[in-house]
Amino acid sequence: MSAGGISAEPPVGAAPPPGAPPGRLGRYLTAGVFLTPALVMLGVWMVYPAVYTIVRSFFGQTGFLGTWVGIDNYKTLFTSSYFVTAIKNNAIWVAVVPAFVAALGLVFAVLTERVRWSVAFKTAVFLPMAISAFATGVTWRILYDQDPNLGAINALGRVVSDAVTPPGVLPNALPSTPALQPHGGGLLLKTPLHPGGVALLGLTGIAPQDMPKGSTQAVRPAPKAGQINGVVWRDFKPGGGKPGVVEKGELGVPGVTVELRSSSGKVVQSAKTDANGTFDFTNVSAGTYRAGVGASTFAKSFGGYSWLGTRLITPSLLIAYIWIWAGFAMVVIAAGLSAMPRDVLEAARTDGANEWQVFRRVTVPLLAPVLSVVFITMVINVLKVFDIVFALAPESTQQNANVLAFAMWQTAFAGGGNFGVGSAIAVFIFLLVIPVLALNVRRFKREI
Amino acid sequence: MAAAAPAIEVPIPRERVSAKILRALARGPVQLVLLVIGLLWLVPTIGLFITSILPLSDLGTSGWWQIFAHPSHATWANYSALFHNSGLMTALKTTAYISVGNTVLVVVLGAMAGYAFAWLDFPGRDWAFIGVISLLVVPIQMALIPMFRLYDSVGLFDTWYGIALFHAAFGLPFATFLLRNFFIGLPKDILESARIDGASEIRIFLRLILPLGLPAIASLAIFQFLWTWNDLLVALTFGQNTTPITVWIAGQLREFGSSLDIIAPASFISLVIPLAVFFAFQRYFVQGLLAGSVK
Repeated sequence: MSAGGISAEPPVGAAPPPGAPPGRLGRYLTAGVFLTPALVMLGVWMVYPAVYTIVRSFFGQTGFLGTWVGIDNYKTLFTSSYFVTAIKNNAIWVAVVPAFVAALGLVFAVLTERVRWSVAFKTAVFLPMAISAFATGVTWRILYDQDPNLGAINALGRVVSDAVTPPGVLPNALPSTPALQPHGGGLLLKTPLHPGGVALLGLTGIAPQDMPKGSTQAVRPAPKAGQINGVVWRDFKPGGGKPGVVEKGELGVPGVTVELRSSSGKVVQSAKTDANGTFDFTNVSAGTYRAGVGASTFAKSFGGYSWLGTRLITPSLLIAYIWIWAGFAMVVIAAGLSAMPRDVLEAARTDGANEWQVFRRVTVPLLAPVLSVVFITMVINVLKVFDIVFALAPESTQQNANVLAFAMWQTAFAGGGNFGVGSAIAVFIFLLVIPVLALNVRRFKREI
Repeated sequence: MAAAAPAIEVPIPRERVSAKILRALARGPVQLVLLVIGLLWLVPTIGLFITSILPLSDLGTSGWWQIFAHPSHATWANYSALFHNSGLMTALKTTAYISVGNTVLVVVLGAMAGYAFAWLDFPGRDWAFIGVISLLVVPIQMALIPMFRLYDSVGLFDTWYGIALFHAAFGLPFATFLLRNFFIGLPKDILESARIDGASEIRIFLRLILPLGLPAIASLAIFQFLWTWNDLLVALTFGQNTTPITVWIAGQLREFGSSLDIIAPASFISLVIPLAVFFAFQRYFVQGLLAGSVK
């Protein structure tokens, strides 16, 4: 191989850099110098580990290889409930997140096209992309707190819930005497009443700050013919007081719904108490009645959903994750939109298509390649999701929130110490990603 | 065709007027909806920030939005306590070493490989390139166990450079892909005239390719920096005492409610740098994203 002879040769026709002076060998050497560092690194940190992990997945728990166990690790993966939960949850992630992210991104991208301040909107929605999934987990964990006084989402839930079903004036009140008994969420006086009777409905267990505003000294009304009246009052004063007796210093409870029931138990009349706690039922015909406090008075305020509890943890994670990635989809799709041939859209409009038809029949089909990029990217991301589960799910519900990457890490490193099963999960994730790899390589090849 | 043309022309002016009215009507609700969504998207981050400036005594009894009723409760005490926390300061330093170190490495190695794949001629070049970008989809999980063992035996475990090297390797396929595709679009005649003038490949790479490739290199650098700054999994696996900020905060998670005065400000500190980088280089970030991020 004489170097001089080669350099005298004419440049290789098809090669991109024609007329390279140092000759073929020299050119290969140069390429080697430029490529070797990257290839060595890829070999040591990616290719060797990948091969090792595949082999390792057929061996036992510890050691460089350990004992051969065949496909036992994979059997564990598909039979133990711990891993089955992870697989099921990951399936939910794949089913929900890419679709929602792509749909939200599409809607945002299309809507912002018509708005002047679209840059501000896009920045706000894209911002979570710069934040770590870990910090996002912390952030949403604060929002998801079950106590409506602490968690913003449940606070909002309380506003809505209390508007739909208002909480009672006395959610925590209790009867002051055994004569008043629980009845269908409310309270009912045991003693039967006849027209001219007086019902004394004494309550306790009401903290001073919980007393309805504007209440005044309770009054025991005088009996009236043809009426049944009575009083609902806070049967307690500093120092105690005598249960069942309206005393000085005890306050009437206003705004309480009082119900009068016939002997068959049907509600025949209802009334609201005044500031001094009194109420009356007029025009009561002869018969036996019973009086009581309606259930609505004791209706509890909204207690908050347990977003981080065993049942809602996965949906909560999905919401937070979609919050991160919607901006990514929006930006990619918006770029696709701006590259779209305007004349096609205009032609459709000119032909009389309305905006929805243009969107459905022209925009979306033209955007299909971009949408599929978003979709594929999200499938890969979701199959490897880890950080946000780690940060958002409290330890008590980590098992319920489990996903493959999390299960892999826990099994291999966090106390599990099982490299065999850990490797099997890694290989499983890899296998799930391979079809996507095939799609991508096809795309890259086209780009080359 | 000739018969159809006038039939189309007639409705156009009418359509345009009604379309204008419709569009004006439609714009109001659209703007409102976008405004609400935009604000909604900001709420979590704002909530984290406000939480971070409230004393722990407030956080146990009332939500962060109560600050609008009691603005005087806001305090920098949580932050000043953290800046005197040597654990967090060390973690921040480690985060910076890892992020900057691996970004430099990825840019240098990725640019070299990208140049080779774009402008140097050798057999099997395109197949080798496809091989490299195929590695894009190898999940990190595939390397955790073997590298954990290897790091342990060669002393890379629990070092910032061990973590940085791991990130660099997993960033390389994307870097090579991005830069190769950018370099191949550079004007061919500039390179060729440089070669005819007798410039060495190294010289061409340093004097021509790197300056001309700056936009793509910037995108890549920002991407890689944010990716590693925000990482949890790799550092959690290969670090023990030498850990970046995410792992440091993760160590506090067990007592979430009672450590919120540490967790919230520390999380906010951890996202200030990425946000600053993002706002400063938003254009490059988006470009990198559009170049086909499939990490």
